[in-house]
Amino acid sequence: MRAVDALMECLKAEGVEVVFGLPGGANLPTYDAFYDAGIRHILVRHEAGGGHAAEGYAKATGKVGVALGTSGPGATNLVTPICDAMMDSVPVVFLTGQVRTELLGTDGFQEADTIGITMPIVKHSMMIQHPLELPRAIHEAFHIARTGRPGPVVVDIPTDLSRADIPYEPITDVHLPGYQPTTDGNQKQIRLAAKALANARRPVIYAGGGAVGAAAELRELATSDRLPVTCTVMGLGSFPASHPQWLGMLGMHGTRTANYAMDEADLIVAIGARFDDRVTAKLSEFAPHAKFIHIDIDPAEISKNVPAHIPIVGYASNILPRLTTEYRALKPDPARLEEWWHRIESWRARYPLAYSDSDDSEIKPQYMVQALFEATEGNAIVASDVGQHQMWAAQHYHFDRPRQWINSGGLGTMGFGLPAAMGAKVGRPEETVVCITGDGSFQMNTQELATCAQNGIDVKVFVMNNGYLGMVRQWQELFWDRRYSQVHTGQYPDFVKLAEAYGATGVRLTDKHTLVEGMRQALATDGPVVVDVRVSAEENVYPMIAPGQAARDMVG
Amino acid sequence: MGEPGTKELLSLEELEAAGSFRTGRKHILSILVENKPGALTRITGLFARRGFNIDTLAVGPTDDETISRITLTLDGAVQSIDQVTKQLHKLINVLKIRDLEPTETMARELALFKISADGGSRAEVMQVCEIFRAKIVDVSKRTLVAEVTGTQEKIDAFERLVRPFGLVEMARTGEIAIARGRAET
Repeated sequence: MRAVDALMECLKAEGVEVVFGLPGGANLPTYDAFYDAGIRHILVRHEAGGGHAAEGYAKATGKVGVALGTSGPGATNLVTPICDAMMDSVPVVFLTGQVRTELLGTDGFQEADTIGITMPIVKHSMMIQHPLELPRAIHEAFHIARTGRPGPVVVDIPTDLSRADIPYEPITDVHLPGYQPTTDGNQKQIRLAAKALANARRPVIYAGGGAVGAAAELRELATSDRLPVTCTVMGLGSFPASHPQWLGMLGMHGTRTANYAMDEADLIVAIGARFDDRVTAKLSEFAPHAKFIHIDIDPAEISKNVPAHIPIVGYASNILPRLTTEYRALKPDPARLEEWWHRIESWRARYPLAYSDSDDSEIKPQYMVQALFEATEGNAIVASDVGQHQMWAAQHYHFDRPRQWINSGGLGTMGFGLPAAMGAKVGRPEETVVCITGDGSFQMNTQELATCAQNGIDVKVFVMNNGYLGMVRQWQELFWDRRYSQVHTGQYPDFVKLAEAYGATGVRLTDKHTLVEGMRQALATDGPVVVDVRVSAEENVYPMIAPGQAARDMVG
Repeated sequence: MGEPGTKELLSLEELEAAGSFRTGRKHILSILVENKPGALTRITGLFARRGFNIDTLAVGPTDDETISRITLTLDGAVQSIDQVTKQLHKLINVLKIRDLEPTETMARELALFKISADGGSRAEVMQVCEIFRAKIVDVSKRTLVAEVTGTQEKIDAFERLVRPFGLVEMARTGEIAIARGRAET
């Protein structure tokens, strides 16, 4: 059969249900194979939309996402999603077309060195050199993307090789001598960690994106005693926000309670978190009294930014149950945490997440998120874009389930939200999927509304429209003497008309008194809906750790 | 030094202090890699991205034809080299990495020197070659080419001695290394 038909067989063998892509000259053979392969293909309007959709699908389902693009510009348009998937450890396989082998290196039409361009931002990449290599390469790509610390894998396929006639036999094993992730966690280290935890008087569990796949295990550990839990923006949902042991998100726009708890903790259990600068703030003053247990699948994260006293390398889902067992066996005295909880409760009472609401009908952006929480009964999958609305969504939409919150945390990619919501809805059709976006972010991938409309992908987009690139404006206001340089976007375009032009429904909401009801109606409307919510123009995200400051010096 | 997002003026001195990675501590890394396209680029790219300067680099086959050995010397860095070796381990094509302890390691380099050597100085140049056990592999009317092997220091010393005669050009391979005794590199 043709190599591309073998490719289809490989995708089916990997359990691929859906792929997102856009055809072009160099991947014509692949698209010919899709014609009757029986794999759902969603035609996006820009490859970046397809890449982020594959990420959204992967984040919502835990399965490997697949995105396709042709050679040259098709592949370069995928660069942002590839980098985004790398930063947030999202398992996505990217299949790019390449010019035929005799044209390689000649600056042929639509030729780009895809492997070279993407090398620093992939978990792995391969260019197919011989058609017989293709099936094995595909299985290796899925294996690498899915296991260990997940990430993006690029497979670049020259068009002539994909037309080659090859014998195909299913491949059932993958052998990669240079890739043997440590997954189990060292028992001796786990025992040490349990002992440290049992002796801690001011412990905090700090859960990141790596805890999302181990939410049940995390809950079991935390509730085996009264261990306080905070999550990073990537970890939200791995521990229920409604749980009394939840401290809120930590970091630059986290709660005071979470940040103060980190600041005074004597033991921090980091689970699948990487001590990013948005979490630690001033590194030299981060958690000055704490010892660190660091549980991570990636040994390179251990002691990268903060030295770990007890590192444990492996899957959190393997390690946490054993840590819980060892911890329980030590019969730690729960009373030792009383004083700590007293301290935490006093912060909680004193510093709730608050904002001053408007006296008139003006919609404050924080209220917009609360209203959406109410209208969706806290049950929606929320995909977010990047900026102020992302932080408000993280603060005020309380996530109780893993994979309920989908955002671009590491790379901070504006334009991520809509396509990610689209991918999430395709992967989880039974769920209500909403996208919270800003008027700036939304315009970076609006074209995917056409994809949603054409395919009946029922996402509800809530645009927090303040007429500004809000987060940049906030920084200019606070740290650059209010010199608002190139942040005003005005009321362009008219999002209601835009939605209608794309074949979606457009709604505008401007009054806080009817906001929840208006949102409910939008949610009940069939098909994709864009809700243009006009909010206060110059509201700031608080609390905030100002740049260069320590967590204890939070403002607002 | 504040975050890049703030208005605070940064002095050039501060910037330079923050960017000074080199400490002079030398490392020899021996890396076994699968013979796959792009493997070398992945490795060298990683060093550049993490702020390390590669001093020398030598690549060659091993006893297993599917595996190559890369020997790489570095000038060291303020941050420990652990981070870069851990990142190297994450490359799918990298099989093994050894940060070789200088005292436990045999390291050798080969160099070719083209030296001016006309009538007057030829005998003297040949004498230096003899002391260093350098082999003369090519002779012309005005020049000769000497082949030297040894440690980096020995080759540096040879260079210093022949330079006054007129060093036309020089080519060095960079060090290759292997662990002493029975230990595997």
